[in-house]
Amino acid sequence: MDVMERIRQQVESNPVLIYMKGTPQFPQCGFSSRAAQALQACNVDFAYVNVLADPEVFENLPRFANWPTFPQIYIDGELIGGCDITLELFQKGDLQKMTEKAAAKAGTDAPQ
Amino acid sequence: MNPPSRIALIRERLSHALAPLKLEISDESHKHLGHAGARGGGGHFSVLVVAPEFAGKTLLERHRLIYEALGDAMQREIHALSIKALTPAEHQPEEGH
Repeated sequence: MDVMERIRQQVESNPVLIYMKGTPQFPQCGFSSRAAQALQACNVDFAYVNVLADPEVFENLPRFANWPTFPQIYIDGELIGGCDITLELFQKGDLQKMTEKAAAKAGTDAPQ
Repeated sequence: MNPPSRIALIRERLSHALAPLKLEISDESHKHLGHAGARGGGGHFSVLVVAPEFAGKTLLERHRLIYEALGDAMQREIHALSIKALTPAEHQPEEGH
């Protein structure tokens, strides 16, 4: 499968998704670590892709989203931003609402 | 490219594209030396940009404007960039951050 199509499917099939360096348990970069911690604090299930373990995604994700850096956080199929934006939304209480809403929506959607 | 020239490059590109009222750039590369995610040797920088152009724009749109202004420097000279993008009305100089 084409890498762009693969990324599109990941983004569309996971209500909350983070592309990060490392994993939430073993992050390999401070920015990825902080963003993943904010998602964990929202208490909703989220998916992650370790871009260091997937060189094709590492190379192509910036082009997919027109966003040059990692981590990248997607909620309900939309890029919401990187570490700074995620933390800012978390501090305002918006990230919790956005992730809850996306998880609820995914839960009620009829399976395709 | 050495760190002072990188800061000069960031300053030049952001000043040109966004005409900021305030622009602070700091090199935070020393905080991240040798960590496993740092590939390619570019630096870690932190910027505060206060620009009227950000009014009415989402955080995502503001950060995109900054990335677009930096262009190919994002691939070559900058490994990581921490961004604070504010309108003049949002910027409270007396508050720390």
